[in-house]
Amino acid sequence: MVSPQQVETMIRESLPDAQVQVQDLTGGGDHYQVTVISSQFEGKGLVQQHQLVYSAVRQAMSSEAIHALALKTYTPQDWETDQGV
Amino acid sequence: MTPEVKERIDSLVQGSKVMVFMKGNKLMPQCGFSNNVVQILNALGVPYETFDVLEDYEIRQGIKEYSNWPTIPQVYINGEFIGGSDILIELYQKGELQQVVEVALAS
Repeated sequence: MVSPQQVETMIRESLPDAQVQVQDLTGGGDHYQVTVISSQFEGKGLVQQHQLVYSAVRQAMSSEAIHALALKTYTPQDWETDQGV
Repeated sequence: MTPEVKERIDSLVQGSKVMVFMKGNKLMPQCGFSNNVVQILNALGVPYETFDVLEDYEIRQGIKEYSNWPTIPQVYINGEFIGGSDILIELYQKGELQQVVEVALAS
């Protein structure tokens, strides 16, 4: 189990420009929903975008410290579009 | 992953236009994320095959290496890794999944 803050730190170490929103779905510290917005996603497909985030938390996932990670990834432009800004 | 496991995964992935590696099966998914994928594919009404990774430890571990993807379920369309539960939901909501599947089934 890890804290939401630790999840955010792990992701930002790999994607320094990322905006990260972390939600603990069960309160147990092992089922998270994470939204990541980063310019490093530009030009990449969803699979590659998610792989970037997974690689940032690889160790926590392979040790089952994080059991489940629901992911949403956006480029800054996609995020604005999605928000209807 | 041993060459034998890779070969087995290759033949599973290439054996069906739409192939799902999941926990449990179509009728009794054993995990909420696997269930999401089954519900979406059922809603599209397309033919698909599933493989229960809980029945086979080698495939369960090997498939994660195969796609460089750490979680189950995993969906392959026309031999290509498309994503897990989150990506399937997103593609479905955008109406893109239907297109990908239709193209695959027509090929």
